[in-house]
Amino acid sequence: MSAWAITKKASFYLAVVVIVVFAVFPFYYAILTSFKQGPELFKITYWPESFSLDNYTAVLTSGSFPRNLLNSVFVASVTVMLALFLAITASFALARVRFRGRSLLLMTILGVSMFPQIAVLAGLFELIRFLGIYNTPWALIFSYTIFTLPFTVWVLTTFMRDLPIEIEEAAIVDGATPWIIITRVFLPLMWPAMVTTGLLAFIGAWNEFLFALTFTVSNDTRTVPVAIALLSGGSQFEIPWGAIMAASVIVTVPLVILVLVFQRKIISGLTAGGVKG
Amino acid sequence: MARIELKNIKKSFGMVDVIKGVDLDVRSGEFMVFVGPSGCGKSTLLRLMAGLEDITSGEMTFDGVLVNALAPSKRGIAMVFQSYALYPHMTVYENMAFGMQLAKSSKEAIKERVEKAAEMLQITPYLQRLPKQLSGGQRQRVAIGRAIVRDPKIFLFDEPLSNLDAALRVATRLEIAKLHHQMTGSTMIYVTHDQVEAMTLADRICVLRDGLVEQVGTPLELYEHPQSLFVAGFIGSPKMNFLNGEIASKFGANTVGIRSEHIEVTDRDGSWKGKVIHSENLGSDTYVYVDIGSDEPIIVRQEGNSLHRPDEAISIAPILDKIHRFDKAGKPMRH
Repeated sequence: MSAWAITKKASFYLAVVVIVVFAVFPFYYAILTSFKQGPELFKITYWPESFSLDNYTAVLTSGSFPRNLLNSVFVASVTVMLALFLAITASFALARVRFRGRSLLLMTILGVSMFPQIAVLAGLFELIRFLGIYNTPWALIFSYTIFTLPFTVWVLTTFMRDLPIEIEEAAIVDGATPWIIITRVFLPLMWPAMVTTGLLAFIGAWNEFLFALTFTVSNDTRTVPVAIALLSGGSQFEIPWGAIMAASVIVTVPLVILVLVFQRKIISGLTAGGVKG
Repeated sequence: MARIELKNIKKSFGMVDVIKGVDLDVRSGEFMVFVGPSGCGKSTLLRLMAGLEDITSGEMTFDGVLVNALAPSKRGIAMVFQSYALYPHMTVYENMAFGMQLAKSSKEAIKERVEKAAEMLQITPYLQRLPKQLSGGQRQRVAIGRAIVRDPKIFLFDEPLSNLDAALRVATRLEIAKLHHQMTGSTMIYVTHDQVEAMTLADRICVLRDGLVEQVGTPLELYEHPQSLFVAGFIGSPKMNFLNGEIASKFGANTVGIRSEHIEVTDRDGSWKGKVIHSENLGSDTYVYVDIGSDEPIIVRQEGNSLHRPDEAISIAPILDKIHRFDKAGKPMRH
């Protein structure tokens, strides 16, 4: 190997290391901090020096954090299910049924997704009061679904457009209704896209902060991001960094596991349609 | 058994008229082939019969029953698609059983029909496989099997052989011909742009051009008595030789057509003198391309191996009673 080749290889791996450190360091530091106790918290260290699970037990046993965790799971799961159900039926219509104003509708859907959350907050608040779901998980499910749907519908519509039309026609000749075509013919073919969009919807709902802060008021209805932000220490001058970090790690782990489990599906979902296959 | 009647069928997509008034009568149990150049509307006509497209105007009846507004699954048809259109996530068995399952047939009845169809097409060993584990020819046989299981009155084939390679195409063509002999009760409509398929499979051929029926007849009728210049040029391979101008006016016609096998290499009176451009030797015959000064080279078919070198001077003459004469409008002139 020539010197030039070695330099090339070395600089490549150097770049990789820099990027990985840059991306992973905040999370690594959170984990590190979550194992620290008392004054150690304020000592900057880059390697674990002490190890204690006290922060974890504190977060999980005291206060309403376990309840908040359950809320998050419930809200995110129901949002995903609702969004996928609505999106797959909508995308069938948008991809496969010819009707007037279809592309206008698609553009509108895309346009909706560009509104910043803060712009619709007041209106949405009124709507949620009107529906009588203020301070319940349904308020969050409702608003998250609204914000997830444009993306979900778009991805599924593009994906469904790429499914060969003949398969649908064969099913029609076989006597399938649109509902049967969706559930028994298209759904099994769309798993990669469903997993991808579902997971992104889940992450979105899981991490969302602003709506969760606005539409819930009591400890029992809050989701985790808000709960973490509102974690308080013994006095108003104490910020419980250890507990916050432990809670953050607990919240992140399910996402990491989900992504790892579904990663192959995600990749095939994101590249689907790129090549005929 | 089903007799299909089309009365002044029209189909437009927006402003574009694709089918411009087709009248056609397909007899019960007949194998009818739609043939024509791409864009002539043959596939659209088939899809109108299947019910996958709505008829813009006109009447379509199966056995005297108006089917214009009937759903595809209620028409008693089965369709075989060019791209097979198998359900990728279902096994061969499930693919074939899907239609009957939707019709709520009993498990035993489904099993019996699927197995019978599989046997007919020799796909029994593959019943538990997925379509992606099969070759193209096997997939198309499964698609045909799926059609058979539906036990249709009418089979619709939309260019089923186009995606297969040459050898498989011939084999599957034979398969379809056999199917037609076995299922005497079923009417079959077959769309193709390949006139060899049309000639070999059809009881009758319907030549379509630009959304209209150009001619309907048995393969031999079309070959020997084309009713227009278009049909004469479309049916037969190699293409019929056409001559215009002076040569044609000698025969009192605007255009004369002569098939390659009806031209002799001879020195007799009235022969055309020319130069050999190229010889294609197919083993059983040889096609000799001769330039006699007409727009396109004349193709002469010679049996066996006949050796004509390029640039060789040659005299050829048509067999006089095999000449097709056409007037200005492209219509045949009676002798």
